[in-house]
Amino acid sequence: MKALGLIIVALVGAILVYATIDFPPFGDPESPASLHVSPRYLEKTLEETAVPNAVTSVLADYRSFDTMFETTVIFCAGVACFLLLRVPRRRPPAPRQFRHRLTGLTFRIKDGGEFVLPVREFEPVDSIWTPYDLIIETICRYLIPFIQIFGLYVIAHGHYSPGGGFQGGVILGASIILLSVSHNLRTALKRMGEKTSALFSPLGVLIYTGTGVLCLVLGYNFLDYQALAALLPGGPIMARSHGIFLVEVGVGMAVMGTMVWIFKNLASRGRYDEGL
Amino acid sequence: MIWQLDLLILTLVVLCGIGALMIRDLLGAAILFGAYSFMMCLLWAIMGAVDVAFTEASVGAGVSTVFFIAAVYHTTRRTKD
Repeated sequence: MKALGLIIVALVGAILVYATIDFPPFGDPESPASLHVSPRYLEKTLEETAVPNAVTSVLADYRSFDTMFETTVIFCAGVACFLLLRVPRRRPPAPRQFRHRLTGLTFRIKDGGEFVLPVREFEPVDSIWTPYDLIIETICRYLIPFIQIFGLYVIAHGHYSPGGGFQGGVILGASIILLSVSHNLRTALKRMGEKTSALFSPLGVLIYTGTGVLCLVLGYNFLDYQALAALLPGGPIMARSHGIFLVEVGVGMAVMGTMVWIFKNLASRGRYDEGL
Repeated sequence: MIWQLDLLILTLVVLCGIGALMIRDLLGAAILFGAYSFMMCLLWAIMGAVDVAFTEASVGAGVSTVFFIAAVYHTTRRTKD
């Protein structure tokens, strides 16, 4: 059976390789793909949308309907992970053990006892709490702000350089994931809770569709950003550029929220107590 | 496009792909899959598709590897077949 499968795979692979001989050469201007709409987009992008990066303008302006549903697909992936993995929240018992942050000494409170020492210098721990490595923790604490600023830059600068909502959103989500990996899941949950990440992803989709509906309300087609010229300064061409930016922010929020949301559900098996 | 570099990376892509299928350790397969994504990212960059390369690097090599590792962490490292 295994040999038969191997033969079929080899045969199909050979046919596919044979078919690639008929392909036009790499970068051929006469190939069918570069004859119909591609020249139109490449030539008119700058004068119609004032966006130098043609990929961004095709993705978020000419083909924005596609991108809207791509964002919706990502949101659906987050919801699917949530519905499959999340288990009902059990109320955690009141913390019984406290760790002194500086010395690492751990105190246990007896039943019925009350914690009276200054709370700021202590943190509640329990039996599954593990100390994190000093070097990794410090490096990541200094690294994460820069990663987040880079993510914001990628979202905002997608008009001029490679990047945009998807990449920037993933980078922002990865910074929270890095916090969770280098410290523990509870630290990440303190920074970005379950509700925040779960709200970010539909909110991003809502910003995207809201921009489209706003254009519709102003009397233009759905997602025709020219309509925004009535609200934003700079005329109809700059309005398309600004519209792309609005949409990219929505995509970035949706992707960031979803990535963090999926990670939290996956890493803690839906329990939200401990993770990677 | 330098064809020697292209060929080298393409060979590494194929090797990583076959390795990720053949290896018995699922954690190793996840890491090899990350390497595969990163090689694909280099290929996209060589072909001039920088936006796609960026997405591949952040989504394919970055976050999806973490998701795989999280899944392996909570299931098992060994495959049955």
